[in-house]
Amino acid sequence: MGLFTELKDSISRATDRLFSEQEPKRIGIYGPPNAGKTTLANRIARDWTGDAIGTESHIPHETRRARRKENVEIERNGKSVTIDIVDTPGVTTKVDYEEFTDEMEEDDAIRRSREATEGVAEAMHWLREDVDGVIYVLDSAEDPITQVNTMLIGIIESRDLPVLIFANKIDLDDSSVKRIEDAFPQHKTVPLSAKEGENMDEVYENIAEYFG
Amino acid sequence: MPTATNADDSDPADGIQIDLISGERMENMATMEKIRMILDGVHDGNIVILEEGLTPDEESRLIETTMAEINPEDFNGIEIETYPKSDSKDSSLLGRIMGGDGSEAKLTVIGPANRIETLHKDETLISALVSRS
Ligand SMILES: Nc1nc2c(ncn2[C@@H]2O[C@H](COP(=O)(O)OP(=O)(O)O)[C@@H](O)[C@H]2O)c(=O)[nH]1
Ligand SMILES: [Mg+2]
Repeated sequence: MGLFTELKDSISRATDRLFSEQEPKRIGIYGPPNAGKTTLANRIARDWTGDAIGTESHIPHETRRARRKENVEIERNGKSVTIDIVDTPGVTTKVDYEEFTDEMEEDDAIRRSREATEGVAEAMHWLREDVDGVIYVLDSAEDPITQVNTMLIGIIESRDLPVLIFANKIDLDDSSVKRIEDAFPQHKTVPLSAKEGENMDEVYENIAEYFG
Repeated sequence: MPTATNADDSDPADGIQIDLISGERMENMATMEKIRMILDGVHDGNIVILEEGLTPDEESRLIETTMAEINPEDFNGIEIETYPKSDSKDSSLLGRIMGGDGSEAKLTVIGPANRIETLHKDETLISALVSRS
Protein backbone atom coordinates (compact mmCIF):
# COMPACT_ATOMS: atom_id res chain seq x y z
CA MET A 1 0.00 0.00 0.00
CA GLY A 2 2.79 2.36 1.02
CA LEU A 3 4.60 1.72 -2.23
CA PHE A 4 1.52 2.49 -4.26
CA THR A 5 0.91 5.76 -2.44
CA GLU A 6 4.51 6.76 -2.92
CA LEU A 7 4.31 6.00 -6.61
CA LYS A 8 1.09 7.94 -6.95
CA ASP A 9 2.67 10.88 -5.14
CA SER A 10 5.71 10.94 -7.34
CA ILE A 11 3.62 10.65 -10.48
CA SER A 12 1.46 13.55 -9.43
CA ARG A 13 4.56 15.58 -8.54
CA ALA A 14 5.93 14.90 -12.02
CA THR A 15 2.69 15.83 -13.74
CA ASP A 16 2.44 18.96 -11.59
CA ARG A 17 5.83 19.94 -12.84
CA LEU A 18 4.96 19.12 -16.44
CA PHE A 19 1.67 20.97 -16.57
CA SER A 20 1.73 23.69 -13.98
CA GLU A 21 5.17 25.15 -14.54
CA GLN A 22 5.70 27.43 -17.45
CA GLU A 23 7.68 26.32 -20.43
CA PRO A 24 10.92 28.30 -20.58
CA LYS A 25 10.59 31.39 -22.74
CA ARG A 26 13.03 31.51 -25.61
CA ILE A 27 14.63 34.95 -25.54
CA GLY A 28 16.74 35.93 -28.54
CA ILE A 29 19.57 38.41 -28.05
CA TYR A 30 19.72 40.42 -31.26
CA GLY A 31 21.50 43.55 -32.38
CA PRO A 32 24.30 44.74 -34.64
CA PRO A 33 27.77 43.14 -34.62
CA ASN A 34 29.97 44.20 -31.67
CA ALA A 35 27.16 45.65 -29.53
CA GLY A 36 28.08 43.28 -26.68
CA LYS A 37 25.50 40.51 -27.18
CA THR A 38 27.83 37.66 -26.27
CA THR A 39 29.26 39.59 -23.31
CA LEU A 40 25.70 40.07 -22.03
CA ALA A 41 24.67 36.46 -22.68
CA ASN A 42 27.76 35.27 -20.80
CA ARG A 43 27.10 37.57 -17.87
CA ILE A 44 23.49 36.41 -17.56
CA ALA A 45 24.52 32.75 -17.86
CA ARG A 46 27.34 33.16 -15.31
CA ASP A 47 25.18 35.08 -12.84
CA TRP A 48 22.40 32.51 -12.85
CA THR A 49 23.95 29.18 -13.85
CA GLY A 50 27.67 29.55 -13.20
CA ASP A 51 28.96 28.99 -16.70
CA ALA A 52 29.47 30.86 -19.93
CA ILE A 53 27.94 30.55 -23.33
CA GLY A 54 30.41 31.77 -26.00
CA THR A 55 33.48 33.76 -26.98
CA GLU A 56 33.54 37.55 -26.90
CA SER A 57 35.75 39.26 -29.41
CA HIS A 58 36.57 42.56 -31.05
CA ILE A 59 36.64 40.71 -34.40
CA PRO A 60 33.21 41.10 -35.96
CA HIS A 61 31.31 37.86 -36.51
CA GLU A 62 33.01 35.97 -33.68
CA THR A 63 29.59 34.53 -32.93
CA ARG A 64 28.76 32.86 -36.20
CA ARG A 65 26.19 30.34 -35.05
CA ALA A 66 23.40 31.02 -32.62
CA ARG A 67 24.26 29.61 -29.20
CA ARG A 68 21.76 28.65 -26.61
CA LYS A 69 21.81 28.35 -22.85
CA GLU A 70 18.77 26.54 -21.57
CA ASN A 71 16.74 26.86 -18.39
CA VAL A 72 18.25 29.99 -16.96
CA GLU A 73 16.07 30.88 -14.01
CA ILE A 74 16.03 34.56 -13.17
CA GLU A 75 14.41 35.82 -9.97
CA ARG A 76 13.82 39.41 -8.92
CA ASN A 77 11.40 40.95 -6.43
CA GLY A 78 9.39 37.75 -6.09
CA LYS A 79 9.00 37.47 -9.85
CA SER A 80 10.69 34.57 -11.52
CA VAL A 81 11.12 33.59 -15.13
CA THR A 82 12.84 30.66 -16.77
CA ILE A 83 14.41 31.51 -20.10
CA ASP A 84 16.46 29.89 -22.80
CA ILE A 85 18.95 32.51 -23.89
CA VAL A 86 19.83 32.50 -27.56
CA ASP A 87 22.93 34.53 -28.45
CA THR A 88 22.79 35.33 -32.17
CA PRO A 89 25.34 36.64 -34.65
CA GLY A 90 24.95 40.35 -35.34
CA VAL A 91 22.44 40.97 -38.08
CA THR A 92 23.80 42.65 -41.17
CA THR A 93 22.94 42.80 -44.86
CA LYS A 94 26.51 42.23 -46.01
CA VAL A 95 29.52 40.13 -45.07
CA ASP A 96 32.85 40.89 -46.69
CA TYR A 97 35.36 38.12 -46.25
CA GLU A 98 38.17 40.62 -46.71
CA GLU A 99 37.26 41.92 -43.24
CA PHE A 100 38.76 38.69 -41.94
CA THR A 101 41.84 38.43 -44.15
CA ASP A 102 43.83 40.89 -42.02
CA GLU A 103 43.50 38.57 -39.07
CA MET A 104 43.86 35.12 -40.67
CA GLU A 105 44.67 32.97 -43.68
CA GLU A 106 42.49 33.20 -46.78
CA ASP A 107 40.96 29.72 -46.35
CA ASP A 108 39.97 30.49 -42.78
CA ALA A 109 38.60 33.86 -43.84
CA ILE A 110 36.41 32.23 -46.49
CA ARG A 111 35.18 29.59 -44.08
CA ARG A 112 34.48 32.18 -41.40
CA SER A 113 32.54 34.45 -43.72
CA ARG A 114 30.49 31.48 -44.93
CA GLU A 115 29.69 30.55 -41.32
CA ALA A 116 28.81 34.17 -40.61
CA THR A 117 26.30 34.33 -43.47
CA GLU A 118 24.73 31.03 -42.42
CA GLY A 119 24.49 32.28 -38.85
CA VAL A 120 22.75 35.52 -39.85
CA ALA A 121 20.32 33.61 -42.09
CA GLU A 122 19.55 31.27 -39.21
CA ALA A 123 19.04 34.17 -36.78
CA MET A 124 16.56 35.78 -39.20
CA HIS A 125 14.73 32.51 -39.61
CA TRP A 126 14.50 32.07 -35.84
CA LEU A 127 13.08 35.54 -35.45
CA ARG A 128 10.21 34.53 -37.69
CA GLU A 129 9.67 31.07 -36.25
CA ASP A 130 11.27 30.38 -32.97
CA VAL A 131 11.64 33.10 -30.32
CA ASP A 132 9.18 34.29 -27.68
CA GLY A 133 10.85 37.60 -26.90
CA VAL A 134 13.80 39.75 -27.90
CA ILE A 135 16.55 41.62 -26.09
CA TYR A 136 17.87 44.12 -28.63
CA VAL A 137 21.40 45.18 -27.67
CA LEU A 138 22.90 48.44 -28.89
CA ASP A 139 26.29 50.04 -28.28
CA SER A 140 25.20 53.32 -26.67
CA ALA A 141 28.35 55.05 -27.92
CA GLU A 142 27.18 54.54 -31.51
CA ASP A 143 24.39 56.16 -33.51
CA PRO A 144 21.37 53.88 -33.02
CA ILE A 145 19.58 55.01 -36.16
CA THR A 146 20.90 52.68 -38.80
CA GLN A 147 18.99 50.97 -41.55
CA VAL A 148 19.60 47.55 -40.03
CA ASN A 149 18.39 48.58 -36.55
CA THR A 150 15.27 50.25 -37.90
CA MET A 151 14.51 47.29 -40.14
CA LEU A 152 15.09 44.71 -37.40
CA ILE A 153 12.98 46.57 -34.84
CA GLY A 154 10.26 46.78 -37.53
CA ILE A 155 10.48 43.04 -38.13
CA ILE A 156 10.30 42.32 -34.39
CA GLU A 157 7.30 44.65 -33.99
CA SER A 158 5.49 43.08 -36.92
CA ARG A 159 5.73 39.71 -35.16
CA ASP A 160 4.28 41.21 -31.97
CA LEU A 161 7.24 39.96 -29.93
CA PRO A 162 7.94 41.61 -26.58
CA VAL A 163 11.19 43.54 -26.90
CA LEU A 164 13.52 45.25 -24.45
CA ILE A 165 16.22 47.56 -25.78
CA PHE A 166 19.51 47.35 -23.90
CA ALA A 167 21.72 50.43 -24.13
CA ASN A 168 25.06 48.74 -23.52
CA LYS A 169 28.57 50.15 -22.88
CA ILE A 170 27.42 52.98 -20.58
CA ASP A 171 30.95 52.87 -19.13
CA LEU A 172 32.25 54.54 -22.32
CA ASP A 173 32.69 58.33 -22.35
CA ASP A 174 30.62 58.98 -25.45
CA SER A 175 27.78 56.73 -24.39
CA SER A 176 24.33 58.30 -24.77
CA VAL A 177 21.31 56.40 -23.48
CA LYS A 178 19.03 59.27 -24.43
CA ARG A 179 19.96 58.96 -28.08
CA ILE A 180 18.64 55.40 -27.99
CA GLU A 181 15.49 56.32 -26.03
CA ASP A 182 14.77 59.04 -28.56
CA ALA A 183 15.33 56.71 -31.50
CA PHE A 184 12.94 54.02 -30.22
CA PRO A 185 10.50 55.80 -27.87
CA GLN A 186 7.91 53.03 -28.31
CA HIS A 187 10.10 50.57 -26.36
CA LYS A 188 11.59 50.34 -22.89
CA THR A 189 15.32 51.10 -22.88
CA VAL A 190 17.53 49.69 -20.11
CA PRO A 191 21.04 51.15 -19.67
CA LEU A 192 23.89 48.81 -18.69
CA SER A 193 27.49 47.84 -19.04
CA ALA A 194 27.62 44.12 -19.73
CA LYS A 195 31.39 44.18 -19.47
CA GLU A 196 31.64 46.02 -16.13
CA GLY A 197 28.42 44.56 -14.74
CA GLU A 198 26.87 47.99 -14.18
CA ASN A 199 23.12 48.27 -13.57
CA MET A 200 22.53 44.50 -13.74
CA ASP A 201 19.87 44.72 -11.02
CA GLU A 202 17.65 46.78 -13.28
CA VAL A 203 18.47 44.43 -16.17
CA TYR A 204 17.24 41.38 -14.25
CA GLU A 205 14.21 43.22 -12.87
CA ASN A 206 13.16 44.09 -16.39
CA ILE A 207 13.76 40.60 -17.73
CA ALA A 208 11.71 39.04 -14.92
CA GLU A 209 8.98 41.62 -15.28
CA TYR A 210 8.80 41.76 -19.04
CA PHE A 211 9.24 38.16 -20.09
CA GLY A 212 7.76 36.52 -17.00
CA MET B 1 9.65 47.09 -65.86
CA PRO B 2 10.39 50.80 -66.31
CA THR B 3 14.13 50.40 -66.51
CA ALA B 4 16.45 53.26 -67.08
CA THR B 5 19.04 51.40 -69.05
CA ASN B 6 22.66 52.13 -69.49
CA ALA B 7 24.35 50.70 -72.53
CA ASP B 8 26.94 48.36 -71.05
CA ASP B 9 26.57 46.96 -67.56
CA SER B 10 29.77 44.94 -67.82
CA ASP B 11 31.76 48.08 -67.11
CA PRO B 12 30.62 49.78 -63.90
CA ALA B 13 32.61 52.88 -64.74
CA ASP B 14 30.10 53.57 -67.51
CA GLY B 15 27.36 54.36 -65.05
CA ILE B 16 24.70 52.84 -62.93
CA GLN B 17 21.67 50.98 -64.13
CA ILE B 18 18.56 51.60 -62.12
CA ASP B 19 15.60 49.24 -61.96
CA LEU B 20 12.54 51.25 -60.98
CA ILE B 21 9.80 48.92 -59.86
CA SER B 22 6.34 50.34 -59.55
CA GLY B 23 3.92 49.45 -56.80
CA GLU B 24 1.55 48.20 -59.46
CA ARG B 25 4.07 45.70 -60.74
CA MET B 26 4.83 44.44 -57.22
CA GLU B 27 1.18 44.17 -56.29
CA ASN B 28 0.54 40.73 -57.70
CA MET B 29 3.91 39.19 -56.99
CA ALA B 30 4.54 36.58 -54.32
CA THR B 31 7.18 37.38 -51.69
CA MET B 32 9.83 35.12 -53.19
CA GLU B 33 9.17 36.50 -56.68
CA LYS B 34 9.82 40.00 -55.39
CA ILE B 35 12.99 38.91 -53.65
CA ARG B 36 14.22 37.07 -56.75
CA MET B 37 13.60 40.12 -58.89
CA ILE B 38 15.44 42.39 -56.44
CA LEU B 39 18.43 40.10 -56.02
CA ASP B 40 18.68 39.38 -59.75
CA GLY B 41 18.93 43.12 -60.31
CA VAL B 42 21.50 43.54 -57.56
CA HIS B 43 23.58 40.60 -58.85
CA ASP B 44 23.72 42.41 -62.19
CA GLY B 45 25.18 45.40 -60.37
CA ASN B 46 22.00 47.46 -60.60
CA ILE B 47 20.35 49.70 -58.07
CA VAL B 48 16.78 48.61 -57.49
CA ILE B 49 14.22 51.19 -56.42
CA LEU B 50 10.89 49.92 -55.13
CA GLU B 51 8.09 52.43 -55.24
CA GLU B 52 6.15 50.65 -52.51
CA GLY B 53 8.86 49.14 -50.34
CA LEU B 54 8.62 45.77 -48.64
CA THR B 55 6.75 44.45 -45.64
CA PRO B 56 8.81 43.60 -42.51
CA ASP B 57 8.36 39.91 -43.26
CA GLU B 58 9.62 40.40 -46.81
CA GLU B 59 12.58 42.39 -45.49
CA SER B 60 13.48 39.55 -43.16
CA ARG B 61 13.31 37.04 -46.02
CA LEU B 62 15.37 39.36 -48.21
CA ILE B 63 18.14 39.39 -45.57
CA GLU B 64 17.97 35.61 -45.20
CA THR B 65 18.12 35.01 -48.97
CA THR B 66 20.91 37.57 -49.39
CA MET B 67 22.99 35.71 -46.79
CA ALA B 68 22.52 32.44 -48.66
CA GLU B 69 23.81 34.03 -51.88
CA ILE B 70 26.89 35.80 -50.53
CA ASN B 71 30.12 34.32 -51.80
CA PRO B 72 33.69 35.55 -51.53
CA GLU B 73 34.24 35.61 -55.31
CA ASP B 74 31.59 38.01 -56.46
CA PHE B 75 28.85 38.97 -54.03
CA ASN B 76 29.23 40.44 -50.56
CA GLY B 77 25.66 41.45 -49.91
CA ILE B 78 23.38 44.46 -50.20
CA GLU B 79 22.83 47.94 -48.91
CA ILE B 80 19.21 48.80 -48.31
CA GLU B 81 17.73 52.15 -47.40
CA THR B 82 14.17 53.26 -46.96
CA TYR B 83 12.94 56.76 -47.62
CA PRO B 84 9.58 58.16 -46.63
CA LYS B 85 7.84 59.58 -49.66
CA SER B 86 7.99 63.30 -49.49
CA ASP B 87 4.81 65.40 -49.58
CA SER B 88 6.08 67.29 -52.53
CA LYS B 89 6.71 64.16 -54.51
CA ASP B 90 4.91 65.46 -57.56
CA SER B 91 7.60 68.00 -58.07
CA SER B 92 10.50 65.64 -57.45
CA LEU B 93 12.14 63.92 -60.34
CA LEU B 94 11.28 60.53 -58.93
CA GLY B 95 7.69 61.55 -58.38
CA ARG B 96 7.47 62.51 -62.02
CA ILE B 97 9.04 59.28 -63.20
CA MET B 98 6.92 57.05 -61.04
CA GLY B 99 3.69 58.98 -61.45
CA GLY B 100 2.47 58.53 -57.92
CA ASP B 101 -1.01 57.72 -56.70
CA GLY B 102 -0.93 59.50 -53.37
CA SER B 103 -0.15 56.33 -51.42
CA GLU B 104 1.72 56.60 -48.14
CA ALA B 105 4.10 53.75 -48.82
CA LYS B 106 7.79 54.16 -48.41
CA LEU B 107 10.38 54.09 -51.12
CA THR B 108 13.12 51.49 -50.80
CA VAL B 109 16.49 51.55 -52.50
CA ILE B 110 18.59 48.39 -52.66
CA GLY B 111 22.01 48.02 -54.21
CA PRO B 112 25.08 45.80 -54.23
CA ALA B 113 27.19 46.46 -51.11
CA ASN B 114 30.47 46.50 -53.04
CA ARG B 115 29.28 49.38 -55.21
CA ILE B 116 27.56 51.52 -52.64
CA GLU B 117 29.31 52.21 -49.39
CA THR B 118 26.31 53.89 -47.85
CA LEU B 119 23.11 55.13 -49.29
CA HIS B 120 22.44 58.49 -47.76
CA LYS B 121 19.03 59.44 -46.54
CA ASP B 122 18.75 62.19 -49.04
CA GLU B 123 16.19 62.36 -51.75
CA THR B 124 18.39 64.46 -53.95
CA LEU B 125 20.87 61.58 -54.05
CA ILE B 126 18.28 59.23 -55.50
CA SER B 127 17.37 61.88 -58.01
CA ALA B 128 21.04 62.24 -58.83
CA LEU B 129 21.36 58.49 -59.30
CA VAL B 130 18.30 58.46 -61.49
CA SER B 131 19.53 61.29 -63.62
CA ARG B 132 22.94 59.71 -64.07
CA SER B 133 21.48 56.76 -65.86
N1 LIG C 1 33.43 49.26 -22.88
C1 LIG C 1 32.60 48.20 -23.01
N2 LIG C 1 32.92 47.24 -23.90
C2 LIG C 1 32.06 46.20 -24.03
C3 LIG C 1 30.87 46.09 -23.25
N3 LIG C 1 30.24 44.95 -23.60
C4 LIG C 1 31.01 44.37 -24.57
N4 LIG C 1 32.11 45.10 -24.81
C5 LIG C 1 33.21 44.83 -25.76
O1 LIG C 1 32.71 44.92 -27.10
C6 LIG C 1 33.34 43.95 -27.93
C7 LIG C 1 32.29 43.09 -28.59
O2 LIG C 1 31.63 42.31 -27.60
P1 LIG C 1 30.82 40.99 -27.97
O3 LIG C 1 30.09 40.58 -26.74
O4 LIG C 1 31.69 39.97 -28.64
O5 LIG C 1 29.81 41.62 -29.05
P2 LIG C 1 28.74 40.89 -30.01
O6 LIG C 1 29.34 40.90 -31.38
O7 LIG C 1 27.52 41.77 -29.96
O8 LIG C 1 28.49 39.51 -29.48
C8 LIG C 1 34.29 43.16 -27.04
O9 LIG C 1 35.59 43.68 -27.19
C9 LIG C 1 33.71 43.39 -25.64
O10 LIG C 1 34.69 43.30 -24.63
C10 LIG C 1 30.58 47.14 -22.30
O11 LIG C 1 29.58 47.14 -21.58
N5 LIG C 1 31.49 48.16 -22.24
MG1 LIG D 1 28.71 37.67 -30.36
